[in-house]
Amino acid sequence: MKIIETPQITETVREMAIEAACDLEPDILEGLVQARDRETSPLARDLLDLLLVNADIASREQMPVCQDTGVSVAFVSIGRELIVDGDPEAAVQEGIRQGYEEGYLRKSVCDPLTRKNTGTNTPAVVHLESHSGDDLRILYLPKGCGSENMSRLRMLPPSAGIEGVVDFICETVFAAGPNPCPPLVVGVGIGGTFEKAALLAKRSLFRPLGEHHHRRDVAELESAILTRLNREGQGVEGMGGSNTALAVNIEVFPSHIASLPVAVNIQCHAHRHKERTLAGRDWSGQSESQG
Amino acid sequence: MSFLKVMPAALENLREITIPFAEGVIETLSAGDMVGLSGSLYTGRDQTHRRLCALLEEGRELPVDLAGQLLYYVGPTPARPGQVIGSAGPTTSYRMDPYTPQLLELGLKATLGKGKRSRPVREAMLKHGAIYLATIAGAGALLSKSITRAEVVAFEDGGPEALFRFEVERFPAVVINDLAGRDFYEICAAAR
Repeated sequence: MKIIETPQITETVREMAIEAACDLEPDILEGLVQARDRETSPLARDLLDLLLVNADIASREQMPVCQDTGVSVAFVSIGRELIVDGDPEAAVQEGIRQGYEEGYLRKSVCDPLTRKNTGTNTPAVVHLESHSGDDLRILYLPKGCGSENMSRLRMLPPSAGIEGVVDFICETVFAAGPNPCPPLVVGVGIGGTFEKAALLAKRSLFRPLGEHHHRRDVAELESAILTRLNREGQGVEGMGGSNTALAVNIEVFPSHIASLPVAVNIQCHAHRHKERTLAGRDWSGQSESQG
Repeated sequence: MSFLKVMPAALENLREITIPFAEGVIETLSAGDMVGLSGSLYTGRDQTHRRLCALLEEGRELPVDLAGQLLYYVGPTPARPGQVIGSAGPTTSYRMDPYTPQLLELGLKATLGKGKRSRPVREAMLKHGAIYLATIAGAGALLSKSITRAEVVAFEDGGPEALFRFEVERFPAVVINDLAGRDFYEICAAAR
């Protein structure tokens, strides 16, 4: 067994919140460079260049890439051979509160009815999971809501088939047009239930850009949809060109025989995501606090 | 500033426009025109709009006179010590659509954000001789370099939803909806 103290989780989340806001991950920067290099529209190429300049300024000056520093989403997986000394969810919330204050990030979370800002960017949306192992894994995504608002979920009838799924995904992206800041990363959850499909779609956004699903038929579907989006879509910032999306990431899960849920979680080009694994320290089996 | 060394040509060929607009300038702008805006503007996003329109419904005076002005849809990140402003790119404009016709009636001449506008807003813009522009979405750090002064003038308790007055220099934007009823997004889509 190993043990981890909650201040270590808080400190890690605090750092992740600030770094995610200001430093785009290498896979996204590479994706934008590749998009720029294959772009045929001069205006779209200029816009992609400007996005790369923006990322450079943000990183050098530690200023957020985008002013929408998002609603914080964290998937925290606790190894079943690890003891968390305290409340892991509270530790994550405290890390978000500290990171948003100390990193000069925008606090964008409010009561849904009164619209009163909580002033701390908390509560974050935290999903606690477990895995076989003795470490703690944190996936972190500050989700901008210009893109989140363009996301959709539909409970398709099984007769809609793969064609119906593809049409729904493409319609969702086309209807969004310039609003969600393309080029996009399109997260898709197919199957499960109403909430499972949405969770799969969100989770798929953590896949490194350029990686495909391990199932060949799903990977082929991802490529086919990406091709169609970039052929028929509105392009960079809705102003033309051949880069409406950088990637289509699909996750699948078995569904009821009566059901074909499809969730499309739209992510903007400022796709900020971070991943950290924390190792615990050896634990003898005796709680120290009881010493 | 060092970033200027790598500034793409796109930002060097902007048509220089002073805001608030001088008489007759809006009439010369067409959908797709790339402009560099210099002068002063006001900002506002969701709650800013809700509060402005609530004041109007109560028959009260607004904290700023919007006649002739440009309204930028933005909720910036806080400035670090020594900075004018934090990251300050556009937010999605359609969320302001329910409020925009009321503000156009007061003489608001232009709005600046990102994304498509509703049919009623486009009709109201034509009626009142106003235009809509977009700036580079998701480029808030870059755009902050074109903001030379920022002060909160109303709704300070709203945090990022306060109403700011910005002074800007060569702030890049593209005309989306012009006085002839053209829409640059539609033009781009039709060109595919």
